[in-house]
Amino acid sequence: MSSQSLQSAAVARLDALRHIVLAHGGGGQLTDELIGRMVLPRLGNDVLNDLLDASCVDLATSRAALTIDGYVVQPLTFPGGDIGRLAISGTVNDLAVSGAEPVAIALGLILAEGLDRKVLEKVLDSIAATAREAGVRVVTGDTKVVGRGQADGMYITTAGVGAVPAGRRLHMDQIRPGDAVLISGPIADHGLTVMLARQMPDVQSVLRSDVAPLNGMIRRMLDRTGGVVFMRDPTRGGLASVAADIAQRTGLHVLLDEPRIPIRPETRHAAEMLGLDPLEVANEGKVLVVVRPDAAEAALAALREDPLGREAMIIGRIEDVRDGLCELQTVIGGRRILQKPYGEQLPRIC
Amino acid sequence: MSQRRIIDSQEYLRRLRDAAEAIGRRVSFMEVCGTHTVNAFRCGLHSLMPSNVRLLSGPGCPVCVTSQGDIDMMIELARRGDVTICTYGDMLRVTGSGGNLEEARGQGAEVRVVYSSLEAVRLAAAEPDRKVVFTGVGFETTTPPTAAAVLEAEARNLKNFSVLVSHKRIMPAMRALLDSGQVRVDGFLCPGHVSAIIGYAAFAPVVRRYDLPCVIAGFEDLQIAAGLARLAEMVRDRRPTLENLYPQAVTRWGNRRAQNLIRRVFRSADATWRGLGAIPGSGLSLRGRFARFDAQQVFGLSAPNSPEPPGCRCGEVITGRVEPSECKLFGTACTPVRPMGPCMVSSEGTCQAWFKYHRPQGSLPAVTGVEVRA
Amino acid sequence: MCLAVPAQVKDCEGTEAVVDLHGNRVRVSTLLVPDVREGDWVLIHAGFAIQQLDAQTLEETFAVMEDLRKHAEGGTP
Repeated sequence: MSSQSLQSAAVARLDALRHIVLAHGGGGQLTDELIGRMVLPRLGNDVLNDLLDASCVDLATSRAALTIDGYVVQPLTFPGGDIGRLAISGTVNDLAVSGAEPVAIALGLILAEGLDRKVLEKVLDSIAATAREAGVRVVTGDTKVVGRGQADGMYITTAGVGAVPAGRRLHMDQIRPGDAVLISGPIADHGLTVMLARQMPDVQSVLRSDVAPLNGMIRRMLDRTGGVVFMRDPTRGGLASVAADIAQRTGLHVLLDEPRIPIRPETRHAAEMLGLDPLEVANEGKVLVVVRPDAAEAALAALREDPLGREAMIIGRIEDVRDGLCELQTVIGGRRILQKPYGEQLPRIC
Repeated sequence: MSQRRIIDSQEYLRRLRDAAEAIGRRVSFMEVCGTHTVNAFRCGLHSLMPSNVRLLSGPGCPVCVTSQGDIDMMIELARRGDVTICTYGDMLRVTGSGGNLEEARGQGAEVRVVYSSLEAVRLAAAEPDRKVVFTGVGFETTTPPTAAAVLEAEARNLKNFSVLVSHKRIMPAMRALLDSGQVRVDGFLCPGHVSAIIGYAAFAPVVRRYDLPCVIAGFEDLQIAAGLARLAEMVRDRRPTLENLYPQAVTRWGNRRAQNLIRRVFRSADATWRGLGAIPGSGLSLRGRFARFDAQQVFGLSAPNSPEPPGCRCGEVITGRVEPSECKLFGTACTPVRPMGPCMVSSEGTCQAWFKYHRPQGSLPAVTGVEVRA
Repeated sequence: MCLAVPAQVKDCEGTEAVVDLHGNRVRVSTLLVPDVREGDWVLIHAGFAIQQLDAQTLEETFAVMEDLRKHAEGGTP
């Protein structure tokens, strides 16, 4: 047989496969076909296309930021996004909140035997689209296939590298009494969307995950003002977790103003229905910003110029009290402590 | 949040302060319901209470008062390997004498969190080879859904569905509490959603017999504040009455249909309350006609007698005799991450709420008023 | 001991109804409130409508209802 007809036969073989099989991860021809026919058409660029063992990228500055995260969300797709969008956004955001300009992503896929090929295609499409949105490239990757029933269908790991401008150092130890605390928009959308999709798939809701890359919005804010001292995206554990962590690690007092914390009505209602506290629910498209008081308005304005930050609010401040506690001033003017949640949130009826 | 709400709640807080000042001496109000416990903390009400008013938590956390024996039965069933336990999320981490349902699940047991009792019935109907047990926990708000599930299972003639019944009735517990003479309260904040089912008239005997004011309240900040204000005013005026501040959901006689459903399926039984011991007539058991849906009978289980961990004072906490911080285990050996007693396990438990939301001793700032924001 | 939220009945089908608030649509059992009709407001708990609510005074009672008005006017709180 000619190599051309071998080639067509191989292509026909891949196209006929509706599901991922173990051989796709074997490093042999099926792997090549998976990469060549599914991955590269979507994610390909001059660096990735070379498929070298390691890829080289140029960074504008000499200080690199590096981050890695694993994504194991269930279900794989949910209103507003999927595991692919999550995998790019999460890693881009970790770089961006550290003050780095995200440049390149390394993508690790662990697929389960039996995964529907259409699901994989959709996830790859999401990865491609989100990477374009964020202005980053996937420059290297790896694929493994594990047995049926493992990996909940698909696990993704992304590592990201970014360039940190000279002289920029965002760190908790910069935080001082008087600093303002901002949030870029309504909380709890992602966690509640995923919880509903998992626990109550019969519920039709307008809730959507907020998953999105925030580097564009953050870049504008950092260009606009030098007063930002620290940022973090409130993912697992929610806003409460980040705020409590800041209080604990700086030893200062964080005071948040409950009426100012934005939350969508449908999100609040879903939280009440499931017995969850929105402050402890994950966000995947929000950033908490600590900024010098005289720069707070400029930072807020910059956030609000971005579609992802239209509903940004100043929600609190750092107080000159050395108790390491985070407190919430409630709607009725009372106060209560905010702590990191103790474990995975469970829906309650009582 | 609306300005109206803030103004109204400030008004009630002012009335509470005025009444408390006029009373002078220390007064204690007991909120019976775990959701009231948690919400009172979460809305910051504790930090706004006048110094002579104490808010005590009562035995209204159904998870907290589920006896260790009942929990041990759930876990025993889960560990059998041929049973699927369907439970509300609340029960997942409640620990019996050895482990909890979540751990059992981690070890391979089939444990599913459901939002509705009917999900368990539907599962049993769809998979006749699977033995499904639903854990029926909760007070009168949650009992009708279990009753409905049993009737549905009967209608569908299911052979593989049963309920492990741990439901409790709130009134016998309140009476037992008051009769014990160990609790000194000046009034009750009564549970709004239990009352939606049983009606506010159910609390009239408490007012009549014990001369204590009772206010039915909803669960939001404004409503709890209003409830406390009215209780304080009634104490000040020495006019203990029954007042319904939740008329939107609570009527005099409640939801008759739901009550009938309970009566059709269950009869009162003696029950053991964790921390309180045995209280006659305070529990429910399935009527004879539904015996085949009674998991205890189907699987031949009996509740083992499990002692409380040494040093645990949950019983005193849920009867309002002791504050969590007075228990030596609180915050040291007993924390939400490693709970020893039920009050710390449950997300509605007094000890957990205290641990999560309460300021460390003596450091609560005085909050005297609030500006209405523009 | 009882988390329950208000919702409006959108569609009744036998012993069930689809109820809605702020776009969250849940199917609940109406076995406990069999007389409800579309447009009525109910209290939902553990997958059941447990009581009918007085529509006139709802906003006073539930903070989550205030959002309804604000939502209609546009924007989050």
